[in-house]
Amino acid sequence: MPETYTDTEIMRILRETKTIAMVGASAKWQRPSYFAMKYLQQKGYRVIPVNPGQAGGEILGEMVYATLADIPEQYEMVDIFRNSAAALSITQEAIALAEEKGIRTIWMQLGVINDEAAALARAAGLSVIMDRCPKIEFGRLNAELSWGGFNSGVISARRRRIS
Amino acid sequence: MTRRKTPEYGFETRMVHAGAQPEPVTGARQTPIFQNTSYVFHDADDAASLFNLQSFGFIYSRLTNPTTAVLEERLASLEGGRGTTCSASGHSAQLLAFFAIMEPGDRFIASNKLYGGSVTQFGKTFQKFGWHCDFVDFDEPDAITNALTPKTKAIFCEALANPGGVVTDIEAAAAIAREAGIPLIVDNTMATPYLCRPIEWGADIVLHSTTKFLSGNGTSMGGAVVDSGLFDWGQNDRFPGLAAPEPAYHGLNFWESFGDMALTMHGHAIGLRDLGPTMAPMNAFQTILGIESLAMRMQRHCENAMKVATFLENHARVAWVRYAGLPSSPYHARAQKYLSGGFGSVFTFGVKGGYEAGLKVVESCCLFSHLANIGDARSLILHPASTTHRQLTTEQRDTAGAGDDVIRLSIGVETPEDLIRDLNEALG
Ligand SMILES: Cc1ncc(COP(=O)(O)O)c(C=O)c1O
Repeated sequence: MPETYTDTEIMRILRETKTIAMVGASAKWQRPSYFAMKYLQQKGYRVIPVNPGQAGGEILGEMVYATLADIPEQYEMVDIFRNSAAALSITQEAIALAEEKGIRTIWMQLGVINDEAAALARAAGLSVIMDRCPKIEFGRLNAELSWGGFNSGVISARRRRIS
Repeated sequence: MTRRKTPEYGFETRMVHAGAQPEPVTGARQTPIFQNTSYVFHDADDAASLFNLQSFGFIYSRLTNPTTAVLEERLASLEGGRGTTCSASGHSAQLLAFFAIMEPGDRFIASNKLYGGSVTQFGKTFQKFGWHCDFVDFDEPDAITNALTPKTKAIFCEALANPGGVVTDIEAAAAIAREAGIPLIVDNTMATPYLCRPIEWGADIVLHSTTKFLSGNGTSMGGAVVDSGLFDWGQNDRFPGLAAPEPAYHGLNFWESFGDMALTMHGHAIGLRDLGPTMAPMNAFQTILGIESLAMRMQRHCENAMKVATFLENHARVAWVRYAGLPSSPYHARAQKYLSGGFGSVFTFGVKGGYEAGLKVVESCCLFSHLANIGDARSLILHPASTTHRQLTTEQRDTAGAGDDVIRLSIGVETPEDLIRDLNEALG
């Protein structure tokens, strides 16, 4: 059974996150990670790309690092744009760095599911979301996904505050 | 760790709420009509992200429009789909759906019991794109499987077919499509999501002529492609339009970039952008209003249809009645499986005396409107052989259930006794 998450939980995570380390970020504009990074930047998040193959380069104005440990700053979320198997070692690295870097959430992208990694991260007190995209979730919960004709699943008679 | 799911709302709640939160700037509760063509960019970078499909937002109403988007999300919600692309008519929805899937020289298999306009569109007009349709009898075991070729890209049927009261075995067709690695496309115009949700039975794409029951008021043309988001476009190399670099979008691979949102993104960014059959915002608004009463209307449509069909079946001048709600229908058992809450309101009957006698009944009605449409709140009557199914051969008409003596009714929501009296007088 795929995990389900409440809108409240996802909203809390997206709200308490300011900086995201994106593992597997790509410099190619057609790649999904590039779409997500650009979108999240526009929504006010700082996104720091992690990709050993492109370390030292730049993506969307941000320096690329080889590993999570190399990032010299604090970040609350690790967003994993790698395959499901690779998610385990990345999560283990993130757990080891959690206190030093202030990591609170492990987020695995659409199609990325690793139950072992999720259990380890939760045992270490981190929040875990799997098989979701933060761009799509942000868009869904802020009624932007609806603009494209998508089923957001959100039903609400409340008037949204616009910032 | 709590895993309380976001609540699942009922059909009637989604019918009035899905896709339509209060408009945040003004607080307007009803969906505003955005009678507007183009949208101001914040800056050049914002424009670039929108054109690259990297952010959600509006560019130009040929592609997306805020009023139409409400209707799209509402239909996706009611059908249990991922997303919807609305279009100017039901026929253009069919064009958009096949346009995403087909290449010149490709084929698809369709039921031979379809709305006559679809038979002509598929059999004649689509040929001009090099798309070939193989019509087969879906009730014949193995007929679909035997028609499969390596070039076959989809299977198409109507859940409840216009006009013959035919109910398709959607699960069986879905199993064949799944095995063949191609999508099952179901036209759900006649049943509406109130009576049947084809995605729950294995359909991958659901199409609508929103012109009919969804608008329900005979004011607005419209169509919709609802994508389940469940079909894997990358499972083989047969769908290059969706799962290979798209030359019409600087090499973007929709399946890779958008996953389960690929078909709906393609429908707007390529289909509507390049073919252009956009739904007018005013029509979207009228259809949104119509859907607000869909459940109540469908209940009434179905109750009335059952009363009228029963009356006709017992009338001395009536030769036969084909209505899936009657125990006499060969489709009655299947209808009980696939339809819930009623059997639809469009059906056919034959008058003793054939063509001439039938035409006379049509012309003698006072309350039934003689016109070519279905799904209006008003009752409608038509002689398909001389109108909607006129372009077909005699054999095609007979297979479609639209032979010479056939009269089609679309029962409205009027007082049922009035409808029965009108028909009784017309039958003479
Ligand atoms: C079952 C069905 N599908 C498709 C269509 C075509 O829709 P439209 O007339 O909106 O183009 C119709 C119209 O009669 C229909 O009855």
